[in-house]
Amino acid sequence: MSENYDVIVVGGGNAALCAALAAREAGRRVLVLERSPEHARGGNTRHTRNIRCSHAAGDQFFSGPYSEEEHLQDLIGVTGGPANLDLAKLAIRESSTLPGWMSAHGVHWQQPLAGTLHLGRTNRWFLGGGKALLNTYYLKAERMGIEVRYDALVDDLVIENNRFEAVRLKNENGGELIRARAVVVAAGGYEANIEWLKRHWGDAADNFIIRGTPYNDGTLLAALMKHGAKSIGDPKGFHAIAVDARAPKFDGGIVTRLDVVPFGIVVNRDARRFYDEGEEIWPKRYAIWGTLIAGQPGQIAYGIVDAKAIDRFLPPMFKPYQADTLEALAPQLGLDPATFVNTVTEYNRAAAGNMELRMEKLDGNCTRGLAPAKSNWALPIDHPPYYGLPLRPGITFTYMGVEVDECARVVDQSGQAFQNVFAAGEIMSGNILTKGYLGGFGLTIGSVFGRLAGREAAEIARA
Amino acid sequence: MPGLDIIQEAGRQLVICNACRYCEGYCPVFRAIETRRDFKQGDVFYLSNLCHDCRACYYACMYTPPHEFAINIPQILAKSRIETYRRWSWPDFLGRAFKNRSVTVFLATGLAALVAVLALLFIPSENLYAAHLGPGSFYEVVPYLAMVAGALILFFYGIAVWLRGGARFWSETRSAINERGNWKTLAAAVGAALGLRYLKGGGPGCFYPDERPSSVRRVYHSLTFWGLTSDFVSTSLAFVYQDFFHILPPYSLTSAPVILGSVGGVALLIGTCGLIYYKLQSDREPEAPAASGMDYVFLVTLGLTALTGMLTLILRATTAMGSILVLHLACIAALFVTAPYGKFVHAVYRTLALIRYETEQSQPHHSVGH
Repeated sequence: MSENYDVIVVGGGNAALCAALAAREAGRRVLVLERSPEHARGGNTRHTRNIRCSHAAGDQFFSGPYSEEEHLQDLIGVTGGPANLDLAKLAIRESSTLPGWMSAHGVHWQQPLAGTLHLGRTNRWFLGGGKALLNTYYLKAERMGIEVRYDALVDDLVIENNRFEAVRLKNENGGELIRARAVVVAAGGYEANIEWLKRHWGDAADNFIIRGTPYNDGTLLAALMKHGAKSIGDPKGFHAIAVDARAPKFDGGIVTRLDVVPFGIVVNRDARRFYDEGEEIWPKRYAIWGTLIAGQPGQIAYGIVDAKAIDRFLPPMFKPYQADTLEALAPQLGLDPATFVNTVTEYNRAAAGNMELRMEKLDGNCTRGLAPAKSNWALPIDHPPYYGLPLRPGITFTYMGVEVDECARVVDQSGQAFQNVFAAGEIMSGNILTKGYLGGFGLTIGSVFGRLAGREAAEIARA
Repeated sequence: MPGLDIIQEAGRQLVICNACRYCEGYCPVFRAIETRRDFKQGDVFYLSNLCHDCRACYYACMYTPPHEFAINIPQILAKSRIETYRRWSWPDFLGRAFKNRSVTVFLATGLAALVAVLALLFIPSENLYAAHLGPGSFYEVVPYLAMVAGALILFFYGIAVWLRGGARFWSETRSAINERGNWKTLAAAVGAALGLRYLKGGGPGCFYPDERPSSVRRVYHSLTFWGLTSDFVSTSLAFVYQDFFHILPPYSLTSAPVILGSVGGVALLIGTCGLIYYKLQSDREPEAPAASGMDYVFLVTLGLTALTGMLTLILRATTAMGSILVLHLACIAALFVTAPYGKFVHAVYRTLALIRYETEQSQPHHSVGH
């Protein structure tokens, strides 16, 4: 048993690194324990690309002002209200200081990526995306003398009398205890733990695709709960979008998402439509389709478009299935041709007369007398070739986490905070996000609470 | 066709990049990707010459091996780039130099040796090993006509092969995007080429020799390029001095040819040594081995040319002048003869790719998917 550290950070993503940097800047000896190998370090941060921040005025990278009030309203709009309003306000208030802090730690910025201009006022893009951001932080950490260990799986914490004593690092001999004066747990959610998902979703979980790191299996979340931490958030809840069914089980990231939904129709395994594809384009369609498909038989669906629409959305990574007739497309997708042709024909009849696809707004081109309706962008699918893209739920993150207080300290069942146990990032984002998602806000939570946890841990660990 | 696998593999990777776009801020390659939907041979050839090998995208990519998507854009584009160098070279049997660096080495040393042998055969040894002073002393060793004729033949031969290659680049990489360049797009492209704008990794610098961004590549490349340019101007000036003003070399230490030549020579020497030094330590993962071999041959030839040039200046009043002059001329011959069959050609294709890029970007178009 060794005690060479003041603060141990468990995890290796954005929140973990923000905590480590903040604690080190306060003069503490810091150890970061990242369970993944070095090449895969950084958890889900690797797949991020921007961060949402409040700001009084636009600048070189923000196209206009974004007040704290508006920021909060946006958050309430998508989540239906944060679980803890005070923590949400804290994140939003502190977010305005993040661009400066990140720049000071070596982060470079870029203009919003093509096709994301609608986020140019509220979100800020770091150059090269999440892995580049992580590389910058890791380089900074190395220069500041923060020790980082990879392939370092922490499987439990030693907590006695509400006080953290040590982490248990798994190794060939069972485990090694590493002591420290405080711990920051920033080890992500449990979306990559299929067995855990099965407790709530049954065998359907076998058909889920996990968009991010395979290392988020909730080991630390389970350990904290075992030690009496109070959980917060729907244990069944996750954020999921529609991704290509051919995506890898884990870690496919951004490139497997499909923007096909509003451009055509979506049918299930039985070749029938099941939801209004034209309800909304952004950000709702992004957020609801994963869960919708999770509720369909076999957890699969197929986006169908014709030649008019195929070039209108971001080119997919996997080639669409393609045929000159609907009858020929159906067997490629494993659909019953008669039912499929009937579904498209009925839809086409209800959409007859709609001519032009105007994606920049809800264009009101709806179907007539069809259930479910398609309320916008309902153009007949009648220009061959026809295309089909298989869709599955792609899980981004899970909502349930541990409850924290305004110092990012983990709270126990009785409502009392553990003195020297802090949490940041996805493992505590359920304090703010209850459902839905606001683009770039995951990193906002991770950065604000990571930094806060690092500073508070440093304070507690003061010699 | 041997390059087909490379084009297919590049196409596979570029489609993934197009679905991601995180690297858009790094360089023109990614912005050019976004105006395309699929990647045919011409697109791959164009993009591979547009790539400056700054490697920022490699370190930023979450899909590099061992990820199953196995994205390695600098490497696959370098492989394709060599393919284009060979393809657009002429004649075919010399174009093999791009695949096999021993052909280049053979070509360079062969010609250098030829120059040396000719010098030994035709220059009387009392001339070669004597000290020469005063106007025209160099030509007492090597006759002026032999020097100028040899240089001009190799020079214009090289230019002709370059022009031919450039024309093939232009016709084979034509894309569907309507292009009409003007002086503004041309100026932007030339400015980007001369300033090495895209060796900045979008801001922090090239990710070279490893994952830490730095400006070493840009600095040493600039020294090399401007050093060479300075030497070229110096030589041209000397040509003007003697053939138009009838002032024969050697020129005084304060004359324009000597100042430009010396400054250029030093810059070239430092530049090439720096590039070789960092290349030796550079990360092997994002590179294509054949490209690297070609780079070394080019850098060593350039460096030796600068070194022997500087020595000629320093030793010009001694008995060693004759030998070192012959050596210098041999290096220049090697440099010229390998110019169309080595790394030198990147200057032609990359500049043309930048012109194509600036022209494309100046057209009204939408990136695909929006």
